[in-house]
Amino acid sequence: MEIKEKVIEKILLIIAFSTILILALIAFFIFEQGSSLIWKVGLKNFILGDRWVPSKGEFGILPMIVGSFWVTFGALILGIPLGLSSAIFLCEWIPPMVAMFLRPAIHLLAAIPSVIYGFWGLITIVPIIRNYLGGPGLSILSGSIILGIMILPTIISISEDSLKALPPSYKAGALALGATHWQTIWRVLIPAARSGILASIILGMGRAIGETMAMIMILGNAVKMPSSFLDSARTLTTNIGIEMGYSTGDHRQALFATGIILFFIIMILNSLAIIISRRRTR
Amino acid sequence: MRFYQSRYLTQGLAKILIWVASLFSIAVMILILIQILSEGIPVISLNFLLDHPRSMGREGGIFSTIIGTAALTGLAIIFATPLGVGTAIFLREYTRESRVSRIIRFGTDCLAGIPSIIFGLFGFIFFVIYLNLGWSILSGGLTLASMILPTIICTAEEAIKAIPYSYREVSYSLGGTKWQTITRTILPNALPGIFTGVILSVGRSIGETAAVILTAGSSLVMPTSIFSPIRTMAVHFYILAREGVSMEMAYGTGAVLIIMVLLVNTIANLLLNRYIRQRT
Repeated sequence: MEIKEKVIEKILLIIAFSTILILALIAFFIFEQGSSLIWKVGLKNFILGDRWVPSKGEFGILPMIVGSFWVTFGALILGIPLGLSSAIFLCEWIPPMVAMFLRPAIHLLAAIPSVIYGFWGLITIVPIIRNYLGGPGLSILSGSIILGIMILPTIISISEDSLKALPPSYKAGALALGATHWQTIWRVLIPAARSGILASIILGMGRAIGETMAMIMILGNAVKMPSSFLDSARTLTTNIGIEMGYSTGDHRQALFATGIILFFIIMILNSLAIIISRRRTR
Repeated sequence: MRFYQSRYLTQGLAKILIWVASLFSIAVMILILIQILSEGIPVISLNFLLDHPRSMGREGGIFSTIIGTAALTGLAIIFATPLGVGTAIFLREYTRESRVSRIIRFGTDCLAGIPSIIFGLFGFIFFVIYLNLGWSILSGGLTLASMILPTIICTAEEAIKAIPYSYREVSYSLGGTKWQTITRTILPNALPGIFTGVILSVGRSIGETAAVILTAGSSLVMPTSIFSPIRTMAVHFYILAREGVSMEMAYGTGAVLIIMVLLVNTIANLLLNRYIRQRT
């Protein structure tokens, strides 16, 4: 009996390390595949090179880094105000009965596959931008709009959770001091919930940087430095997604090297979000 | 006096802005669904669901992709559930907050945030090439299992956490060992919560594209074993839409995809609500 219990405990301990093992395997295999190319080209040339011509052995991913940056930035400009407003709306300004209906609806929207959002962008947003603002329509602006919508459920539900978790006395105190409802929200509730709101923004940002398929469909995928929001662009993720299918040799390694850079960016964002939300729970 | 008025003016303006922004966000998200469903639902018929895709998906139905999606999702759940529940049991029953549990939690949180294309790269190099499984249901299932593991761990942990401590005390006082307590008291009571996590993971697996296309391939041939390559519905939808094969078929596939994901998640939500009501 004793031995059986001990064995079970050891087995569970091993199982519990499976996420760590997977994380380590991911890191190891992506580094193993990609790092030799980074050594060959040089980290500086790889990150700061602006020419990506795999057939000629030129591997510079600066246009993709810039592309990822602009698309994510655009998505946040759209997603933060809309998401935060909706979170405030849900927990402060509508009857709890309506909120009870809307909340699961927003959770459902988070589950809609990203290809659906991409497809909708392709048939709706892209033509609108082509007709009214010019350019190819397949652009950073279209990508930002779609990503902004895609990260809304993440921002709304996490911000709302952190607003709801505040002690009711905060609100009561502010109102008792004569503040208006809006002053209470803006000067008391939002500052008090800021770590949760920040975590929601960082997680939304991670989702935006990591999105692949929807972006392949609406960014146009041109490999050049984007000069305006109406230009076509390519991100780190779409670079991998488009070319992985037919790449070999150095080219494939360069795509894994792109993955290394992406992995680093995401791990930094993840760690930030984890540290911030840990502080919140303490 | 002016200050008094201006703060009410600010409040009024802020209220209007927030109403507009929130209604706009909710309306856009719902519009997306309605637009695709209204174009897609007329395409769906029994034939569409049960016929094989012909001429690269231009004609016929989506039967083989439905089978592909089901096989891949099923396999991912089979691999991930024991690992996820095992981890949750270990975290809740065998260790207190310690360095070990902090490391495991950090790993789980990080894994949850890794983009699917990275899982795709990893699955491609590790399962497809290194373990030589090829583009297959098995490679895709293992990759998806690594992706959904964090969701299953988190929900299982919440479910186990919600079980009152007295349940354990009763089991021990009757002479039950730790393992007996877990298998006969804790797991049966945590089952609905665990099941919710599994269903949420099913929803995520059905919609996943980037990781699947790199590990399970995009073959339209009917799979014969777990070593066959397949094309899932989400991948089929992506290829139809991106390569402009057939917009009609794309709408139809998209609508089936949305309906399945919504159905699966609604079931999960209902279960979760009932479960929470039972506990409180």
